[in-house]
Amino acid sequence: MKSRLMRGFLAGVALLSISGSLFAHHGNAAYDSRTVTVKGTVTAWVWTNPHTFLKFDAKDEKGDVTHWLGEWNAPSTLVNFGITAKSFKPGEEVTVTMTGMSKTGQPVGRVTKVILPDGQELSMGSER
Amino acid sequence: MSNRLLAAAVVFTVLVFSPLTRAQTAEQRESGKNIHRDGWDRIVPPAPKDQQSEPAPVRDLTGIWEPTPGYRDGVFATGPKNYPSDVKPEHELPFTPLGLKTWKEHKPGFGTTAVPIAENNDPFDICDPIGFPRLELFNLRAIQIFQTKSQVAIIYQNDQVWRNIWMDGRELPKEILEPRWYGYSVGKWTDDYTFVTETVGLDERTWIDNVGRPHSDELKVTETWHRVNHDVMEFTMTIEDPKMYTKPWNPLTKFRLRLQPEWFDIREMICSASEAQEYNKTVAEQAVAEKNAKKKAQPSK
Repeated sequence: MKSRLMRGFLAGVALLSISGSLFAHHGNAAYDSRTVTVKGTVTAWVWTNPHTFLKFDAKDEKGDVTHWLGEWNAPSTLVNFGITAKSFKPGEEVTVTMTGMSKTGQPVGRVTKVILPDGQELSMGSER
Repeated sequence: MSNRLLAAAVVFTVLVFSPLTRAQTAEQRESGKNIHRDGWDRIVPPAPKDQQSEPAPVRDLTGIWEPTPGYRDGVFATGPKNYPSDVKPEHELPFTPLGLKTWKEHKPGFGTTAVPIAENNDPFDICDPIGFPRLELFNLRAIQIFQTKSQVAIIYQNDQVWRNIWMDGRELPKEILEPRWYGYSVGKWTDDYTFVTETVGLDERTWIDNVGRPHSDELKVTETWHRVNHDVMEFTMTIEDPKMYTKPWNPLTKFRLRLQPEWFDIREMICSASEAQEYNKTVAEQAVAEKNAKKKAQPSK
């Protein structure tokens, strides 16, 4: 139980190439091709067009908190993959995988998968 | 009171055991698997592979239509299907010098001329109206067509807008006193299954597509809506703009749309200015700040 409640930490960084395009008008030029997985606590799930945002906080070993922003697809796409406006609640522990990280070095990335506290995995499968 | 209870029980039983209800709600939400749902969260039946159906009704486009075989086939993030912005020579457009210059002044988020968010000048990025024909060349999603004796009206999931296409015999305006985001449209049947529209008077602030292809005040867009059978329609578009392009070109040719069930509810897909502002605050402004910081850090020459 206590391990489940432990605050998040950076779990790993791996390089992976992405293909295909991201479906909004502001584009994918802001992101590189890295894949990062971060464990953290949801602070907000922003269900908006053109894209959705998962905001979450992650603590490192020193206790310093990083405020992450995970950009995901439009609501009109996500609902078809079982992801809805009610998928995440503030305070929940989640593990977020992002492929495509901000080129500016900000803690911002493109979400590809989220694991919920009960182990349920939310993703768009192989689609972007 | 007991009659009310009985009525409620009957309604409940009918709803629970109705084949329609079960068909639309039985399939569980499953992450990672693409199960298409309409705006009312009902499961949309997939198209049959052969796309065959009975003959189309005569001179009738009414109904709810969606790209097929995939409902996301009309997203066209990197430009329309026939001319995506990539390095292939066959996808180069016949730009005039002005057309090429104007295209290079546009800073989109996609394609060969894509720029980082901080440099983007896409008018739709701040939720200016998407305009026509970009309405159909980026995020062509569900549409609903209504028809009267005098006009065809199309409502779009994309940006929740509509267009009126007049077929009461009027001609296109000879002089455009007021350019419009969605222009002035007239249409006519060229045969029992083909409806052709022409649109002019389009606001020059809009882009033709998601990669910033430009247009001038001389843009004329021709759409051909051809009903192949009862369930399938083919959509072709022609762009003519002598100021920007040396010859006409077709961003889409026989792009397929499929008739959806009458219960299909078109989902909201609205560009909200406050939501765009939220995005800019959280992502773009950070990017600008970072860029400026890097510039400052560079030693002066």
